[in-house]
Amino acid sequence: MRYYNVELLDSLPFPPFGYEERNGRLHLAVPDDLLRPLVSHLVRKEEGELSNLYYVPSDNKVMALVLVPRHGIVVLESELEGEGYPSLTTEVPAANWYEREMMEMSGITPLDHPDPRPLHLHEWPRHVHPLSPGFDKGAKVPFTGEAHHYRRVEGDGILEVPVGPVHAGVIEPGHFRFSTAGEPILNLEVRLGYVHRGVERSLEGCTLNRALRLVERISGDNGVAHALAFCQAVEMANPVPDRAQLLRCIYAELERIYNHLGDIGGMATDVAFAVPAAEASVLRERMLRLNANLTGHRLLWGSIAIGGAARDLDEGRRDLLEGAMVDLGLTFEPMVDSLLGSPSFLDRVETTGTLALPMAKDLRATGPVARASGWDRDTRRDFPYGAYGRLSFLVPVRREGDVLARLMVKVEEVRESISMVKQCVDHLHEGAIRSEMPLPDGFGLGLVEAPRGELVHCVHFREGNIVRYKVRDPSFCNWPTMERAVLGNIVPDFPLINKSYNLSYAGNDL
Amino acid sequence: MLDIIERRVRDKKVVTEKLRLLQQQGHTRAPMADARCDLCGECVPVCPASAISTQGDWSVDAGKCLFCGDCLPACPRDAISFSVKVPAVTQRSSFTLFRNVPLPELKVQLRDEARKVLGRSLAIRMVDAGSCNGCEVEVNSLSNPIYDLERFGIKIVASPRHADMLLVTGPVTRNMLPALMKTYRAAPEPRLVVAMGTCAISGGPFGGTYAAGNGVAEALPVDLFIPGCPPHPRTVVLALLEALGRL
Repeated sequence: MRYYNVELLDSLPFPPFGYEERNGRLHLAVPDDLLRPLVSHLVRKEEGELSNLYYVPSDNKVMALVLVPRHGIVVLESELEGEGYPSLTTEVPAANWYEREMMEMSGITPLDHPDPRPLHLHEWPRHVHPLSPGFDKGAKVPFTGEAHHYRRVEGDGILEVPVGPVHAGVIEPGHFRFSTAGEPILNLEVRLGYVHRGVERSLEGCTLNRALRLVERISGDNGVAHALAFCQAVEMANPVPDRAQLLRCIYAELERIYNHLGDIGGMATDVAFAVPAAEASVLRERMLRLNANLTGHRLLWGSIAIGGAARDLDEGRRDLLEGAMVDLGLTFEPMVDSLLGSPSFLDRVETTGTLALPMAKDLRATGPVARASGWDRDTRRDFPYGAYGRLSFLVPVRREGDVLARLMVKVEEVRESISMVKQCVDHLHEGAIRSEMPLPDGFGLGLVEAPRGELVHCVHFREGNIVRYKVRDPSFCNWPTMERAVLGNIVPDFPLINKSYNLSYAGNDL
Repeated sequence: MLDIIERRVRDKKVVTEKLRLLQQQGHTRAPMADARCDLCGECVPVCPASAISTQGDWSVDAGKCLFCGDCLPACPRDAISFSVKVPAVTQRSSFTLFRNVPLPELKVQLRDEARKVLGRSLAIRMVDAGSCNGCEVEVNSLSNPIYDLERFGIKIVASPRHADMLLVTGPVTRNMLPALMKTYRAAPEPRLVVAMGTCAISGGPFGGTYAAGNGVAEALPVDLFIPGCPPHPRTVVLALLEALGRL
C-alpha cells in the first residue's frame, strides 16, 4: 500500500469497517451513520475537498469522493440501512447541492438537511425519482403546478427583481432572483435546471462509443474535458500510448485557450469596451478555425478516443499549430494591455464581485474562481494525469477574489496554456496514438482540470455496461459561490460578475 | 487600444469574410455512401444517433446526424465520406438523404407575408431550450467582426418583443417548455421560428427522455431547420440569407 494512504488511514479518528487500495485510491467502507463525522474530519482536519457525493441504486450505497491534496484520493462507500443517512450539509456546507440533487433524483433522504427543496426538477412530483430503477426513462411526467419557494427578504423598500430564464444576451437559460434595497443586492438565489436533459439516466446502459459522443455534448464548450474524464474512467489505470497523452494534452489546452479568450472578450463586452472585445472575438475565432484545421471540429469534439486520441497531428499540422501559438502570443498581449491600461475598465472590475477565501473554501469553489480567491488548487498539478506530470507550468493564483482577479487568472492561464502546447509539440515523437482497452468493470474515476475547474466523472460498470454514471461539472461547485460573491454589489454589475465566472448551465443541470 | 487599431490600419487587412466564401463553404456536409456500398449494414449499429438506415437504399437522416464521422471507418469498403452538402430546409422530412437521389431544393424561402413585412431587416431573439452550449458558442461567433451578421441587416436583439424571429437551440427540455412558449407569445406577428442544430431538429442525443422532447417542431411551428452539430456560423448566415431571398 502506498505510504500516503497508510498515513491517511492512521490519521482517521476511528477505524473504518474495511479498506482497500484500488488504482492508487483509498476506498473506505463506512457505516452510514459515520459518514458525516468522517467526511467532516477529512474536510476540516486534513484540508480535503468534497468532490462528489451521490447514490448508486444497484449497490444501495452512498458514495463520497474526497480529494486530500497532501495524501490522495479517498472514496467513501456507505451502504444504507434505511431510507436515509445523517446529512453532511450541517457540517460540510459544500454537500448542500449534492444532497438536494440526491433527494430528488434518487429518493434518498439525508436526515436533518437544512434546505430540502427541489434543485433541478421543476414542478415535479415528490415521490417520482428519475434515477430510481423502476422509473421509465421516456416517461412524460406532468407539471404539478407547485411553485418554487425562493428565499425571501422582507421589509420596507425591498424589491425583488426576477431575471431569466431567457436572457438579453446569447447565453444559456437560468433564473436569478435578486432582492435589493436601492441598488445593492441583499440576496440572490440562482435557480437552474432549465437545461436538465436527463444526461445521467441517458448514459445508463449505453455502449461505450455512444456514451463518448453523448459525453462530449454534456457541456459543449468543455467537450474535450468531458470526453477525457470519461475515457479516464473507462481506461481505469491501463496505459495509454505516449504520443496520445501529449495529443490529449494539446487538445485540452487548446480548449482552455478558446474558452478563456471568450471570457476575456466577454468581460470587455459587458463593460461596453468595444475594441478589445472585438479583438478578443477575432482571436477566439482564429482559435476555433485552428481547431477545425487540426481536428476537423471547431469545438474539438471527436478528437479524444477511448485508449488514446482519435486525431493525429502530421508534420504540416504541427507547424500550423506552432505558428498559431506564436501568433497568438504576439496578438494576445496588446489586447490585454489595452484592457489593463484603461482606468475606466479597471474601475468597473476592481473590487467588483469579491469572493473571500473562507467562503470559497467552505462552499468548495474550484478552477479559476478558487484560484482568483487565493486557493492554490489545480488538478493538473495536484493529481497529475496524462502528460501533465512532465510539463513545466505555473498555477496562477490571486488573492483579491474580484472580477479583475478572475480576469488576470484567466489571462495568465492562456499564457501558460500556450507554453504547454509548445512543450507538448516539442515532446511529440512517432508512435501509436491508440491502444486497445479491456472492457471496464467496477468503479472508474475521471478527474480532469476543465477550463472551468475540476471535473469529476464517476462511472460504475458491470462487465462493460454502464450501470450508474455520475457527472460533476465544475460549475456545480461554483454556482453557490456566485450567490455570495454578488452580495453588496449593484444589479448592473451582475452581468459582469456572471461573465467573470462564466459557468456552464448545461453542465450543471445535466 | 490605439495600437490595435493602428495595426489593423497598417495591415490593410479586412478581417470580415466575403459573401462569396460564405456561399462556397457555408453548407453543412453530411456523410453519404457512394456506389461501392453494398448495404452490408456495418455502419448502422455504429452510428451513435441511429441516423443511418439501409432499408431500401442507404440513407442518412441529417436531422439526427451528429456529424461525428464514426461511420467512416466502420465501412469495410470505404464507401462513406462527408460528400453531400445539406442546405437548410423548411420541411423536417427533407433531411432524409438517400444515395443517388438529388438533394432537396437549395433555395428555401420563408413565408411570403413574413418576407414582405421584414424587408431587408431581421431581428433575432435566441432561445436556448436545452442545448449543450455548443450552438451558443457559434451564435456568439456570428457577431464577431469576421462573420459580422449586422452588415446584412440582421441583428440579435435582447427581447422577444423586438424580435421577428426566434432562433431556438436544444431539444426543448421539460423545464424550458413553459418559458419557450411565453417567449413565442411575446414576439409580435408575423414571427418566424428557426430550429438550429441537431437537438432542435430531432431531439439529438439526449432527446426523448423524461426531461427533453424531440425537437422544436413538437412545441412550435418551425419555418426553417438549420443542420449541424453545432452548425458552422457560415451555415447560419447562409441559411438566413437564403431564407430571406437575399442571395
